[in-house]
Order: sequence, then structure tokens, then C-alpha cells
Amino acid sequence: MLVFIIRRLMQAVVVMVVMSALVFGGIYLVGNPVTMLISDQASEAERLAVIRDLGLDQPVWQQYLTFVGKAVVGEFGKSFRAGEPAMQLIFQHMPATIELALVAMLLAVLVGVPLGMYAGLRPDSLRARGIMTVSILGFSLPTFWVGLMLIMLFAVALPEWIPGWPRLPSSGRGPTVDILGLKLSIFTAQGWLHLLLPAATLALAKGALIIRLTRAATREVLPMDYVKFARAKGLSERRIVGVHVLKNIAIPIATVTGLELGQVIAFAVVTETIFSWPGMGKLLIDSILLLDRPVVVAYLVVIVFFLVMLNLVVDILYSVLDPRVRLEAQGR
Amino acid sequence: MICRKAGAALALALSLAAAPLPLAAQELKVGLSTEPSSLDPQYHNLSPNNQIALHLFEALVAQDPAQNLQPALAVSWKAIDDTTWEFKLREGVTFHDGSPFTAEDVVFTIDRAAKVPNAPSPFTQFTKQIVGIDVVDPMTVRLRTAAPAPLLPVDMTGIRIMSKKAASGPAPEGKTTEQLNRGEGLVGTGPFKFVEWSRGNQLVLERNDAYWGPKPAWKKVIFRPLPNAATRVAGLLSGDVDFIENPPTVDLPKLASNERVTLARALSNRVIYIHLDQFAEPTPGIPDTNGKNPLKDKNVRHALSLALDRTAIVQRIMEGFAVPAADLLPSPMFGTRKDTPVEKVDVARAKKLLADAGYPNGFSITLGTPNGRYINDAKVAETIAALWTRAGVKTQIEASAPPVFFKNRDEHKYSAYLAGWGATTGEMSDPLRALVATPNRERGMGGTNKGRYSNPAVDAKLVEAMRTVDDEKRRTLLQEASKLAMDDYGILPLHFEVSVWAMKKGLTYTGRADQYTLAYLVAPAQ
Repeated sequence: MLVFIIRRLMQAVVVMVVMSALVFGGIYLVGNPVTMLISDQASEAERLAVIRDLGLDQPVWQQYLTFVGKAVVGEFGKSFRAGEPAMQLIFQHMPATIELALVAMLLAVLVGVPLGMYAGLRPDSLRARGIMTVSILGFSLPTFWVGLMLIMLFAVALPEWIPGWPRLPSSGRGPTVDILGLKLSIFTAQGWLHLLLPAATLALAKGALIIRLTRAATREVLPMDYVKFARAKGLSERRIVGVHVLKNIAIPIATVTGLELGQVIAFAVVTETIFSWPGMGKLLIDSILLLDRPVVVAYLVVIVFFLVMLNLVVDILYSVLDPRVRLEAQGR
Repeated sequence: MICRKAGAALALALSLAAAPLPLAAQELKVGLSTEPSSLDPQYHNLSPNNQIALHLFEALVAQDPAQNLQPALAVSWKAIDDTTWEFKLREGVTFHDGSPFTAEDVVFTIDRAAKVPNAPSPFTQFTKQIVGIDVVDPMTVRLRTAAPAPLLPVDMTGIRIMSKKAASGPAPEGKTTEQLNRGEGLVGTGPFKFVEWSRGNQLVLERNDAYWGPKPAWKKVIFRPLPNAATRVAGLLSGDVDFIENPPTVDLPKLASNERVTLARALSNRVIYIHLDQFAEPTPGIPDTNGKNPLKDKNVRHALSLALDRTAIVQRIMEGFAVPAADLLPSPMFGTRKDTPVEKVDVARAKKLLADAGYPNGFSITLGTPNGRYINDAKVAETIAALWTRAGVKTQIEASAPPVFFKNRDEHKYSAYLAGWGATTGEMSDPLRALVATPNRERGMGGTNKGRYSNPAVDAKLVEAMRTVDDEKRRTLLQEASKLAMDDYGILPLHFEVSVWAMKKGLTYTGRADQYTLAYLVAPAQ
């Protein structure tokens, strides 16, 4: 187990080094951040001073080595734009994103798994067909469109048409409470109201995926011998479905949910932009547009580390759910 | 929480019935298209930062909505001689912490501008010509410059006065940018006081009841960044915010007809123009002229201007929210001429001019444009491509993300490019110096003249104007310089953007040429 974890961590370091080099070179090729940051009216002397201050007068390989040297001791430089340490900016924005992603995935699982199992148990029923049709819509509609429609419907149109219909906030995050130094909004009623629409937008696509996955897994498990035996033994349908089927379909669902959670946390950019959700995705997009390299690199380093960790957790969970899987074998 | 909400709702209902401007309505929520990158008023010289700084701080000199100079923390100023300006300070002004405003704060602030480390767009732009500050008495300062600086009062509008007492600290610059971002030392004399800022989420300010000037109507102002244009409009329609800046042009007709929304508009100081490469030979974007650069010929530039249907662009692409341009700054701003008719589209004459210049069959050209930097920039460029092609100049556009565009522009990779210029000083020397003066790094001329247009006559007039302290003489010189450049088609102005603000019915706003969104100018309609 320990060897497995260490091996994974070493993989993470390799990925981080490769990725940071790529991002460094990439942003260097795109353009000079100073052009984007400095006022058009600035003189040439001021321009050169800014370039020197930000260390952009060095050749790119030297800038990279300086970065690596500092990154090793945990210093990722200051944002060109905000003048604050890049990591600090990312950690300020992280709780909002994680909160949104967790609520969205929870919603997706709570809705997706029961619906998917229903569709798997009664594949020919009218309701099952309805669920599957909706799920196709769910992951084929573009996120930004769904988000805008939800805003128009729940924040503008419905409260206008139906008097007394509660209006959902269209953007931003609700009031936050400090929990262990983290600013969380899931402990206030307003916070939940603000969370609903963006979480629903994200959950729609993810939920659709989980429905389809659950249905397929359920259909695969149903004709298995142990289900037939359970039936022959006279177990109640509830126990068969709730224990024997659910336990066995849990493995692929856990894997996919874990990976999707990572995806949502790392790349909820579109949803965060539409709902002006003050998360990391929006920070990343703003930083890319302004070529704010320290933030982009630090963000990707954090995300790579996070995704590797998530994979690790999923693999461990996998071995818990399915005792036949051995971690050592996977790590090799 | 729910209880409190119900209470608030009840209070709102009661207050709506009672007073004309009830307490609950004294809160203004503003949706910004770009949030400030910092609250340090001397860190990043950029509109989103400057407009927020103007709520908390004031400069010696202010600009009214049309960018005319107004007394602010200075009640008057005059040039004592060619290189000395004297400012008389306003008596009885206090900072948010109650300490009095004096000449020491002016000295501290001007000194600090050069000391802020890693400023991505430093404020030395406004202070660099100052070589000495004399405190004559606590209410009088004299600023000495090395050379005549007629624009020093305009430059002083960009330097917001900080409190020496509150913003001093162990670092060379006193309170650091990070500390100011947290609100430490963020003490000014402005109409609002700082309450809290959570980056990406909201910035909260409250009214400074001790403010010396007209008191704002709002007890509390909340700025929320809503960078996505559709979200901003939805936020206004749903009542999440009361006031937004830059509603997208496509939505303007719909908003204008919505009876719950009021629009405010103002002609901005931002001109959208086309710059033509008048230096390189061969020029990169014109492949079929055997290495000759046709743009060096004034007739060709004139033909390209005649081919432009500026009125159609304004009406069809800009939805009427722009004004066709014949100069780099709209009249009656300082240094503009009164009679500048916009060039009428004339395809036949354009073709004839091209033929006269030796291009009866035209030529091909690539027009560079940023995509997403100016209002409808790429769409406008597409239209120009069609218009030029109609006149015989086969045009294709190269639209790039802004960072890529600016890089290409600075490396002279375009033969023609579309861009914009906002004259923050609100007078003519600003665009002339940046866009048409012969590029000269040492003297800070032609910094954005990437077509490398060069006309010694324009340069001479401009240099003369920039050391003329007398307003009337300077105005005439600037008018002459801009006329020379325009008649030479050194640059092709297209239109001036009209800035728009949208707000819920019952509010008014006086739109500003500098495109700033200032909550203290938002008022409940009488």
C-alpha cells in the first residue's frame, strides 16, 4: 500500500514538472503579459521597468529554472495582475469551487443512481424510456446554454409570471461562514439558494452520465448467477436490488463519480463564468486571458496534484468495494 | 436567517409605503464587467481599478463627465512659471479616519507612486515629470518640473491622494499592495469608505458621512464582478443588481424597450481606428504588389478611407451605439476642431484613386483585429473587409485573441489593423502623441503608432503644443496638428464608442466620456 502511494506521488511530480515546462513555454509563445497589463500611455522606460520587475527580461529557460528553484520550497511567485502570491489566490478561490463541485456531484449521484437503476430494472417501461431520453438531452445540451436558460427561467421569467414564486439568485455566491479558516457558504440559507442553479447546471450533465452508467451496470448484473440464486433463495426484491445489485454496480459508479468530481473541480470554468461563481475556474480563465503565468502554472500544479490524489482515493475505494482488486498489482 | 429575511422583506414593504427614499433602498448593487485587480490606488493604472479608487480616494483635480477639469482636493491651481505649478488645497477636508488632509499627504502620495514594487502599470506615468515638491504652507504645494508641463493638472487627476498617517509603514512604499487589498491603510477622503472585499465575489463600501462634497444617495454600495455579458443583463432583469455597466450591444434594443429598465449613454473618448503600415517595404500583409507597399501612397490611403461606410457600420453593427469619426477625439473636447465632416462613402472615387496610384485592379491585404477587446471588434473588421473588397482591395481578416493580437501588432506583423484608443486625459495631445507621432522611444512619442506613420510637420506642431502652457495657443497647435494628420490619412478613424449603462427604473446616471462607473453619481430619479 505504502509503495503504491509513494509511486503515485512520484508520478505526480513528474507530471507537474513536464506540465509546468509546457505551460511556461506556451505562455511565452503566446505573448508578453506586459502588453496586456500596462497602460497604453506608459512610456518605454516604464515598460522596460515593469518587464524587469516581473523578471520577464530573462531568457525563458532561465525564468523557468528560477521558478523551479522557488517552487521546490513551495513558492510559486506572485500574480502579475493582482500582486498577491499565486497560491494564496488559488486557495482563496478553492472553497467556492469545491463546494459547488461536491453539491453538484451529490445531486448527480442522488438523482442519477436511483433513476438509472429504475431504467435498468425495467428497461422496457415507458418511464424508463422517458428517463433515457431526458438523459440524452442532459449531456448533449451545452452547459452555457443550460445555465442561461436556468437563469432566465428561475431568476427572471417564473417569478414574473407566477406571483409568489420564489426567485433564485442568478449569480454570485451567498454569505459565507468561516469554518476552520475556510469561507463556506453551504451553512447559510442564502448560500444554498445561490448554489442551486449552478449546481443544477453541472449536475444535469453529470447526472445524465451516471444514469446511463447505472442503467448499463444494472442490466449487466441482473442476469448474473448470484442474482438468480438470490431470487431462487426467495430473497425479497428489495434486498436483491438494494444489496446484491447495488453493491456490484457501485464499483464503476464510484470510479466514474470520482473522476468526474475531479473534472468538475478542475474545469467548471464555463459554469463558474456564467454564474459569476467566484471559484478557481474563473480565476484560471481571467489569468489565461491576461497571460498571468504564475497563477496559471500554480493552478495547474495544484490541479495535477489534486487529480492524482483523487485517482489514488478512487483506487483505494475500489479495493475496498471489490476485495479482488489488489493495489500493488495496479501500481506496477 | 430565514427569519431575518422575512423581517427584511417586511421592513422593505413598510418602508416602500412610507418614505420616498426608504432606508432599505439606500443600498445600491452594481454589476461590473471587470473587477479591479487591486485596491491599491497606485498599483495598476487601469480603468476598473481607477473607477473603484475614485470612490475611496480623491485627486487634487477631478474630471467632470465630459472630462473638463474640476477642483477636488485642490481648490485652484496656476502656473507660476513655465516649470512650476501651484495648487491651493481644500481646507477642512478629513480622511476616513478623521485625520485632516494637508500638503504632507500630497507629498507622501506623489513619492509613493514610484515606490510600489511590481506595479504592472505604474502611476509614474503621471508623476515622472515632477522633479521637486515644495510645501509652501500646509494648504499650498508647488510642483516643479524639468521641462514645461502644461498637462500637469490633467496628470494630477490620475494621482489619488492617500493618507500619510494611515498608509505609512515599514516597507519603502508604506502600506504594501497586499495590505491595501485587505483594507489596511485604505484610507482616503472620498465619498465612500471601505468595508470588505472578497476577490471575485463582492466589494462592499459604505457612505462617508463626513464627506465634504455632495453626499451620495447610497448608504451602502456592493460591487459584484459579472464578466459574462448575458449574466450581467440577467442579473439586472432579475433584480440581483440594480445597475450594470457595458450591457452587450445585441441586447440594447431589447433593454431600451423594457419598461423596467433605464439606459444611460455617453459618447466616450475611445476612438476605433485602422492603422496602416507606412514603413515596411515589402509589407507583410500585401503579397501581390511585387514587394511595393501601396499604403505609403496617400491616394491609396484616401481610397481605403473613401471605401469605408462608417454610417452603415455604426447603424448595423454597433446598433447605433457609436458615432462615426473624422478625428481621433470627439468635439468639443480640448484640441478638437469644430468642422470635421465624416468622409462619405464613395466607391467610384476610391476605385479611381486606386487606379491613379497604379493599382487599377486593386491588391490583396490582410486586416488584423483583436477578437473581444473592443465592442464588436471582429464583426466591424469583417464588415470593413467586405467594404474594401467592394472597392477592389481584396481583404481578408485575421482575428486573434487580444494577447496574440497585441504581440503581432507590436512586432509589426500587420499591414493594416483595427484597434481602439481611449484618451484618458480627454484632450488631443494624448491620441496624437500615441498614434500618429513618429515613433521615438526616448521621447515617449508614437508608442502605439505601429503603422509607423511619420510626418515631420505633425511632430513639430505637437512638440510645440506639449511645451506651451497657454491654453488657447496649445489648443490651436493641437487642432493644426490633428488636421495635418487627418488630411494626410495617416490613420483612419472609424467611430467613437458610445458607452452604455443599464439600471432599474427609478435610477439616473450621467454617462461619462471616460467610461467610468461611479456609484456616487447614481441617483434616485426625482
